[in-house]
Amino acid sequence: MITLIDLEKKINSELTTKIKKSEIKHNQLYLNTDSEDIIDICLFIKSNKDTKFRQLIDITVVDYPENVQRFKVVYLFLSHEFNQRIILSYLINENEVVPSLTSIFPAANWMEREVFDMYGVKFKDHPDLRRILTDYEFEGHPLRKDFPLTGHTEVRYSEEQKKVIKEKVKLEQNYRNFDYESPWEGTKYIKEQTEKNNDKKN
Amino acid sequence: MTKKTKTLKLNFGPQHPAAHGVLRLILELDGEVVEKADPHIGLLHRGTEKLIENKTYMQAVPYFDRLDYVAPMNQEHAFALAIEKILKINVPIRAQFIRVMFCEIGRILSHILNVTTQALDVGALTPSLWGFEERETLMTFYERVSGSRLHANYFRAGGVHQDLPKGLEEDIEKFCISFPKVIDDLETLLTDNRIFKQRNVDIGIVTKEDALDYSFSGVMIRGSGVPWDLRKSQPYDCYDKVDFKIPVGKNGDCYDRYLCRIEEMRESVFIIKQCLSKIEKGPIKSLDWKITPPPKNDIKQSMEALIHHFKLFTEGYRVDKDEIYTCVEAPKGEFGVYLISDGSSKPYKCKIRAPGFSHLQALDYLIKGHMLADVPAVLGSLDIVFGEVDR
Repeated sequence: MITLIDLEKKINSELTTKIKKSEIKHNQLYLNTDSEDIIDICLFIKSNKDTKFRQLIDITVVDYPENVQRFKVVYLFLSHEFNQRIILSYLINENEVVPSLTSIFPAANWMEREVFDMYGVKFKDHPDLRRILTDYEFEGHPLRKDFPLTGHTEVRYSEEQKKVIKEKVKLEQNYRNFDYESPWEGTKYIKEQTEKNNDKKN
Repeated sequence: MTKKTKTLKLNFGPQHPAAHGVLRLILELDGEVVEKADPHIGLLHRGTEKLIENKTYMQAVPYFDRLDYVAPMNQEHAFALAIEKILKINVPIRAQFIRVMFCEIGRILSHILNVTTQALDVGALTPSLWGFEERETLMTFYERVSGSRLHANYFRAGGVHQDLPKGLEEDIEKFCISFPKVIDDLETLLTDNRIFKQRNVDIGIVTKEDALDYSFSGVMIRGSGVPWDLRKSQPYDCYDKVDFKIPVGKNGDCYDRYLCRIEEMRESVFIIKQCLSKIEKGPIKSLDWKITPPPKNDIKQSMEALIHHFKLFTEGYRVDKDEIYTCVEAPKGEFGVYLISDGSSKPYKCKIRAPGFSHLQALDYLIKGHMLADVPAVLGSLDIVFGEVDR
């Protein structure tokens, strides 16, 4: 049984430049890398006898619209043999195409389709990159931060046309996002944080 | 002379009783043999993840009930654990036992539904009638503890919403005594039943390798002989304080998965019994009033408690900037929450990892070469609930 610290050392020594940053937190190993190295890293951690990350648990993207490199692509891996988890991530620009993992992990197929559907991130060499969760002929990528919560269109059955039609969303009252954030002391760490900020200002 | 054969495209669903919800399957058939299956999902997509990003942490809990709606509390558990780990708060031991107990009740709820509807799909009606009676009893436990039969909204970061009402522990104990008899009865109907075996043995075989490659978890991977259970390997709450066994299959076919589920129900009863004997009096949620609301009596007496209550239910508690993946062994497999908090009172991102999503993805691989009539049998043993697949 190797510990997470051993694992971190092993990965850092074997993959050297490919790993930009590594950190152990919450009993998991967090790795940062570049999009072009992802295939090599996956092949290594899947096949190496000391790592054996045989399962790809999930793929997702985090959207930071204010950053130049807008999307953070996140891969979660699990090694049954050593009972360890890796969270691997890299940053990409909005229109960047990233490599697909379908050739290494067949399970990546739908996960990548979901990412494409929800965020519009395209995967190179994906066998079947269609939308998956949203409706047929849906437009836009709903989990992007600039996609409104209420959506753009709604469907209803039209009695005149005798079919289901799409219309622009009409709400009696717009969705209101109340800002409740207050200078309430909150939890201890918030207190410490505000104190720290105040110190900096002084 | 060679005869040219043409494949037939068949649209299965989205409204089909054997599809266990709104699944649209495009099947390519050569005679009665399935050559390709293309599941179209998303017909129950409600944008849960997007909604959670716009709600406070406490408001987000009910969305988890609506994912896998046959075992709601198991999913709330994953979300509660994620927040607790980031906030580094301790959950009182009584709350841990209550949560584990209700997670196991959820597991029984889900397994009864699955086993009996799978039997229904292959032609046995009686098991579902017998099984649903027990589900009804379990759902009254849900109702008594949380106020609703299905969408419990009971687990909170730091514990549970309220204490067990009077007499509930005794009633759950009574259920634990009577229920194994019902499992035996179900088994007399199914386990050695000729038709049930003909429909399930050697159908939808998953090898160990493929189970790993397709990201299977839960019964789907244990049925193929991998002894992997998060309750044992990465114990959360008080699962390390209770004793239970992990049933493992041999052949990885639908029948083995059925047997695993039956055994798991027995183990769940065993866990519930242990919880009932080990549970002690004490607080049922974290006593940090910045995270959990103070008791109602205090609110009427103390100004500070009133303020806490008001702030918790308007602004909500803030969660420090962090990134975490936590998972629980839900009845269907590994249910995970990948949570990114940004220091505000709303999650920045909450990705839900649903076990059914990976399982359904492998349907094409599972069903290729089988007969059309095996499609419902395989679908049934995958244990698909569209609430969680579509999110």
